Amino acid sequence: MLDEVGAASVDDFYADIPPSLRLDRPLDLPPPLRSEAELVRHVEELLARNRSTRELLSFLGAGCYQHHVPAVCDEINGRAEFLTAYAGEPYEDHGRFQALFEYCSMMGELLLMDVVNVPVYDGFQAAATACRMAARLTGRRFVLVPATMGRDKLSKIVDYLRPDLVVEEVAADPATGELSLDALRAALCDDTAAVLYEIPTYLGVVETGAAAICEIAHEGGALAIGSVDPSTLGILAPPASAGADLACGDIQPLGIHQHFGGGHAGFIASHDVLRVVAEFPSRLFGITPTAESGEYGFGDVFYERTSFARREDGKEWVGTAAALWGITAGVYLALMGPAGMRELGETMMARTRYAMARLGAIPGVRLPFADSHHVKEFVVDLTATGRTAAEVSAAMVERGILPGVDLSGQFPWLGPSMLVAVTEVHTRADIDRLADSLAEVLA
Amino acid sequence: MTTEHDVASAEPTVDYGPGRPIGPKPVPRRFHQARWDEPIIFELSISGARGILPPLTEPAIAAVVGNPADALPPGVRRERPPTLPELPQNVVVRHYDRLSQETLGADLNIDVGQGTCTMKYSPKVNDQLIRSHRAADLHPLQDESTVQGMLEIMWRLERLLAEISGLDRVTLQPGAGSAAIWANVSMIRAYHASRGEADRRTEIVTTLYSHPSNAACARTAGFDVITLRPDPTTGLPRLDDLRAVVGERTAGLLITNPEDTGIFNPDIESFVRVVHEAGGLASYDQANANGTLGITNAAKAGFDLCHFNLHKTFSTPHACGGPAAGASAVTARLAPFLPAPTVERAEDGAFYLDHDRPLAIGKIRPWYGVAPNLIRAYAWIMSLGADGLREVAEIAVLNNNYLMKRILEIAGVTAPYAVGRRRIEQVRYSWQGLTDETGVTSEEIGWRAADHGVHFWQSHHPWVVPEPSTFEPTESYSRADLDEYAAILARVAQEARADPDLVHTAPHRSAVHRNAHAPLDDPDRWAVTWRAYRRKIKGEEVDG
Repeated sequence: MLDEVGAASVDDFYADIPPSLRLDRPLDLPPPLRSEAELVRHVEELLARNRSTRELLSFLGAGCYQHHVPAVCDEINGRAEFLTAYAGEPYEDHGRFQALFEYCSMMGELLLMDVVNVPVYDGFQAAATACRMAARLTGRRFVLVPATMGRDKLSKIVDYLRPDLVVEEVAADPATGELSLDALRAALCDDTAAVLYEIPTYLGVVETGAAAICEIAHEGGALAIGSVDPSTLGILAPPASAGADLACGDIQPLGIHQHFGGGHAGFIASHDVLRVVAEFPSRLFGITPTAESGEYGFGDVFYERTSFARREDGKEWVGTAAALWGITAGVYLALMGPAGMRELGETMMARTRYAMARLGAIPGVRLPFADSHHVKEFVVDLTATGRTAAEVSAAMVERGILPGVDLSGQFPWLGPSMLVAVTEVHTRADIDRLADSLAEVLA
Repeated sequence: MTTEHDVASAEPTVDYGPGRPIGPKPVPRRFHQARWDEPIIFELSISGARGILPPLTEPAIAAVVGNPADALPPGVRRERPPTLPELPQNVVVRHYDRLSQETLGADLNIDVGQGTCTMKYSPKVNDQLIRSHRAADLHPLQDESTVQGMLEIMWRLERLLAEISGLDRVTLQPGAGSAAIWANVSMIRAYHASRGEADRRTEIVTTLYSHPSNAACARTAGFDVITLRPDPTTGLPRLDDLRAVVGERTAGLLITNPEDTGIFNPDIESFVRVVHEAGGLASYDQANANGTLGITNAAKAGFDLCHFNLHKTFSTPHACGGPAAGASAVTARLAPFLPAPTVERAEDGAFYLDHDRPLAIGKIRPWYGVAPNLIRAYAWIMSLGADGLREVAEIAVLNNNYLMKRILEIAGVTAPYAVGRRRIEQVRYSWQGLTDETGVTSEEIGWRAADHGVHFWQSHHPWVVPEPSTFEPTESYSRADLDEYAAILARVAQEARADPDLVHTAPHRSAVHRNAHAPLDDPDRWAVTWRAYRRKIKGEEVDG
């Protein structure tokens, strides 16, 4: 091959790299594991130092959830064609386009909205972009978010909206954990672009005031954004039903493993209104006729919006994000169907309420928002036990249980407390074991 | 119906006589993609069918709590079940398996046609490793004592990438390359803010042949964007042009090298120096690093930041467009601005997450990064070592220069700029000569290439090179593969001359025929979901 191109050695190809830029020594890397057997041994030894949520009994959530992942989801996203495809045209990758169009379509049914994007990186990005979309649509500068929002998500949104937009937090009602409508009214001003609410909230409470929030936002000339966990939408009304202009969230609960936090992908949805669609930075795939009668074709809708088409004059930016997780979530919704999504919601809700009943009965344990509706997560206040969440967690880990997420650092006003997540994978026996062990630790 | 007249003439005469060997394979091969003509999944719905059954509430729990969903107030509870399809499991599998067959994954083709994207082979063993429940079923907030292996992999991967880049610290948090560019822009912004210069340093300089996300992330972060155009002879941005725009308003330079043309900018050190002298920071977009691994790096050219795309250079699969993974590397001076948390090693050898980072920019994504791809990238680097990585670069570059020779043998194709010079890992070609002669555009050549089972990508926008294509062969392909790819394009060029309508009307052997494009840009006719299609085009009632 060198002869064919008239080169004496590969060095010829690097003629444009000046000597001053050349590395003067080989990279200092560990010796290679040249056989597959050695590589597998090495990586498996490292992974063996982990204990998974299949070995430990985990009630950790806070945005990353242990749901059952149907075998078919792993089967389809492991297909070499899907796993290794990238950016082909509709004529090489018709299947990729159709699978993603169908994912968006099934999300559209869940959300009752006609426009759903090809996934962005994660729910944080979806929320941050939804806020920027609202600001462009209204020409306003302030975004209101619940004070109960997870601190990492808030951190992402604040950084993403800098420097032109300002994020303000709206307090929750301390009794219910829901957004305080009085605080919302007080925070709204004529420069408020959007009110973003979460359903369920980060602390697990179902926001029953969603319709009122949307109405207040609209009265103030702002848009309403509903950030929703899609696994709850078999039983909860979607943001569109409450009057939200935009919906956003994370699809990790829909058939995607936790992956140490690497299984996230975000959605943004709206009604099919031109001026709103024009503000999406993401890919949108649409259906269109082809030259053959009865054949479905797919392609990019309104590509000129994007930074692919117009660089810095496009809307924010777009790039490789999380398409295969979108296909996976589509497979999940196709398997579950309407009955599956309803059963999932009912089971989670009943088991969560049962867990609340069991934990709330432990002396010293208080459930601050016990009278609110919860689907899959709730707060446990340990103040009266005299123990910190860290101490309790450490003692529980020794018993093989990850009892919940320590909230003390994020929300000092909650006191020593934990966020406990219960999904359809947790049996009554699991919940009883959690409660019995916690009672033992606190005794 | 489309006829297959282009194939028929290439078929050998069939002779079933005894003892006669089967005739030789034609070049190019007689590809035809699967064409399942699949309905939309909603059309497959069978009322009452179930694909999977979730656990139901145990009676003992129901006895205690009833069905709490029934207590949800009206308006909060969903009124009607979502109109999802109802499908038996085998129908779901069949549908998606068929769609997968209508997708041309890198595993199935000689995927050198997607330039700038480094479509190398992703070893299967790494896909197997990440499916272990001790990787896939870890929660990010588990007690650190229960995830030491995962933290160690991230800690080690950071050190490998630091060594490869020559920089000091690395965040693995970005979800892909553009997210890593965003992280770097955000760190540049935070750096200037920490020095009280946020209001003054309002401009980011980039180049037209750097990825669009460099310009777009900078604008999103509030910067004015100045784009340097390529010199028409060298194809490179001019140092004088940079000097003319750099000054006290300069926050930073975001630049790819080699740019999409594959031409290495020998003055890159001077570019960095000019920006530094003005008080700005320089960030190296290393999306195109595959040809320079172990040869040169960001530190050598004086950069303050750089980023890698782990799904390109470090082999994690492209997954239909993610999940991918990005890594942003910085000098020690900028390390305080890396997003929280970092992975650290305590004196006793235990790994832990350090969230105490007061100067950190905001989160780039939830938690710590796309963990499965971090494992894959780690395993890939560990399987190669220093010599292996350098060999990757050298073979990728050899493959590219070899493919360039083959492609330039096709009449009507040129490689604009720096004529007669070598390229690093990719080339942006122009098919303008062929277009002038035949009327066939590079887009149509791409559609016809699909008929031969390969992908052919044009260029990022705007198209500066007329009728462009961009090929990057990586180290994964053999000489025979490259010859086959070049032979396919030579065939398409021949078809353009002999029968231009054949190319104008392509594809013919794909899963589908040519799209009607206009509806996709027409607000009255576009439909991003099936419900929008039913509502707008079919005039049906939909829920909500």
